[in-house]
Amino acid sequence: MSLPDKRGHFGIFGGIFAPETLMEAIGELNKAYAKTKKDKGFQKELKELFKSYVGRPTPLFEATYLSRHYGSKILLKREDLAHTGAHKINNCIGQGLLARKMGKKRIIAETGAGQHGVATATAAAFFGMECHVFMGSEDIKRQAPNVQRMRLLGAEVIPVESGSKTLKDAMNEAMRDWVTNVRTTYYMIGSVAGPHPYPMMVRDFQAVIGKETKVQLKKMGLKANNIIACVGGGSNAIGIFYEFIDDKVNLIGVEAAGKGLSSGLHSAPLATGQPGVLHGSLSYLLQNKDGQVKEAHSIAAGLDYPGVGPEHSYLKDKGRVKYGTVTDTEAIRAFKLLSEKEGILPALESAHALAYLEKIEHKKNKVSVINLSGRGDKDLHILGEK
Amino acid sequence: MIASIFEKARKENRTMLMPYFPVGYPTLSRSKKVFLNLAKNGADLLEVGIPFSDPIADGPVIQKASTVALKAGLKVEQVFGALNDIKKKLPPTIIMTYYNLLYKNGLKNFARKAAKAGVKGVIVPDLTVEEAKDWLAASRDQVETIFLVAPTSSDARIKKISKASSSFLYCVSLTGVTGARNKLPKSTYVFLKRVRSLTKKPIAVGFGISKREQVNELRPLSDGIIVGSSLIKAYTKAKTETDSLKNIEKFIKRLGV
Ligand SMILES: Cc1ncc(COP(=O)(O)O)c(C=O)c1O
Repeated sequence: MSLPDKRGHFGIFGGIFAPETLMEAIGELNKAYAKTKKDKGFQKELKELFKSYVGRPTPLFEATYLSRHYGSKILLKREDLAHTGAHKINNCIGQGLLARKMGKKRIIAETGAGQHGVATATAAAFFGMECHVFMGSEDIKRQAPNVQRMRLLGAEVIPVESGSKTLKDAMNEAMRDWVTNVRTTYYMIGSVAGPHPYPMMVRDFQAVIGKETKVQLKKMGLKANNIIACVGGGSNAIGIFYEFIDDKVNLIGVEAAGKGLSSGLHSAPLATGQPGVLHGSLSYLLQNKDGQVKEAHSIAAGLDYPGVGPEHSYLKDKGRVKYGTVTDTEAIRAFKLLSEKEGILPALESAHALAYLEKIEHKKNKVSVINLSGRGDKDLHILGEK
Repeated sequence: MIASIFEKARKENRTMLMPYFPVGYPTLSRSKKVFLNLAKNGADLLEVGIPFSDPIADGPVIQKASTVALKAGLKVEQVFGALNDIKKKLPPTIIMTYYNLLYKNGLKNFARKAAKAGVKGVIVPDLTVEEAKDWLAASRDQVETIFLVAPTSSDARIKKISKASSSFLYCVSLTGVTGARNKLPKSTYVFLKRVRSLTKKPIAVGFGISKREQVNELRPLSDGIIVGSSLIKAYTKAKTETDSLKNIEKFIKRLGV
């Protein structure tokens, strides 16, 4: 059976937990999205834009230093080379096309690292739509270059001062805007979170990563033993995993352990959380005994989120994907290694996936694929301090 | 139970006052006094908010009040404890909160404890009829569940929600979050008439209401009027607790439901 079911459930997870004001709009979105799946024109245009605008397929690159260093074959799926510098653009081009089909002229989005904000602003500019991006004021400080990029792309960046002033609060504020302007506005969610159909739809748009990887491995005459990706909301991870779900390969998602799981300052709901409802769906969640959502922590703004996409919760409970964690310090070490030895500055988010190479067994004939979800330019001033 | 109160008010040809106030704001004991004060000042039904960390249907006033309560460490247990202490002096009480607090506390457990604390019903703005099956099964015989309808709800949805909603329907006056508005849009009135034509159940209207003129216009269209943010604002404006409570009295008088 293919998941989710009609109401967006992945086992007990997922669903639609949203204010009634949004329900008609969510229903409309569901219908419009279902239509695109059968719409050959839509699929053709998407494919063409992936190629000519995003720059797909992104390379599957053999990291020779890392391969020697670990004594096995390490391949990097170079989403950092996609237009705007991260996988987020795949989803935004997909949803942008859909929004245009639906006749929407006003786009809103939440952003943490600013990568989804930049990708949304880019898609909005490309499709000729008005764009407003909600961003926690804490993130505005630590991801300044992306704020500037969004503004140059013609988007309005709206600082969010509530709560932890990071991604979770930006998403709260975006949902409030959506409730207010639901008739005219398209909410472009940036990860596999939110109410159905977002977790499914964003997964489908990101699945291009895994599809390409499969073809590229075949061309290289290789089979992957491990596929590793970082998990914030989980879109780059599910994007590379999805094509391989039924194959014999270890799928490993890496959550941010921040200052260490025992410190309480981390972003690892799959490792330490319990099921709960936040932002429209049921999934593992960092929360206290009462159900109040806890603040997350990670040096990587794009991972700094107390929730996770519902499909990951399902895959964890089912045992199909293994989820591990990597601390801030370990991620920085991996960042430096890739920068100095391969000449690639990875995003701090992606550095979490890289750091996990330290924690798996390596053998000469084993192949590990890392989803290099984005580039690290946005993180320079954070790393400059370290 | 809740239905009978609406019936009585209908017979008396009266629109009910249904004030909302969050537990734990500004402190647990002070919010208890607010509830007692509201009871004395003519609340027909009391809406007790349990603060949630991520209230996506709420505007800045309720957000801030929630933050204050949660920063002080408010727990759901304490909410039930507080309500239990004063339940004999309160009008029928309805809890308003977000689904995760029900879910994490255990649906059955939450329903049982709420009923024991004298709570008659719950309103959960992020629980749609489609996802409510587990909660309805767990809370049957304990508390009623009132669902919301919005101006964007289609006729078919309003009918479906009306069927699922116990005792009355909560009409969200406008597309937006909670918070006082100077004027309600014309669409509010059109919407209320539409809901009336689609359900036999009583209806109450909330979101944005802060003024006597609004109440005068809403009275013929609605069986109940819910005020939250403007009440909190009135309470917060004064410096001392005594003055705050006086402000509430004044506010309710001026509203003239
Ligand atoms: C480069 C990069 N990787 C990963 C993420 C995490 O998101 P997701 O888990 O949805 O891929 C982000 C989010 O901003 C990002 O910018």
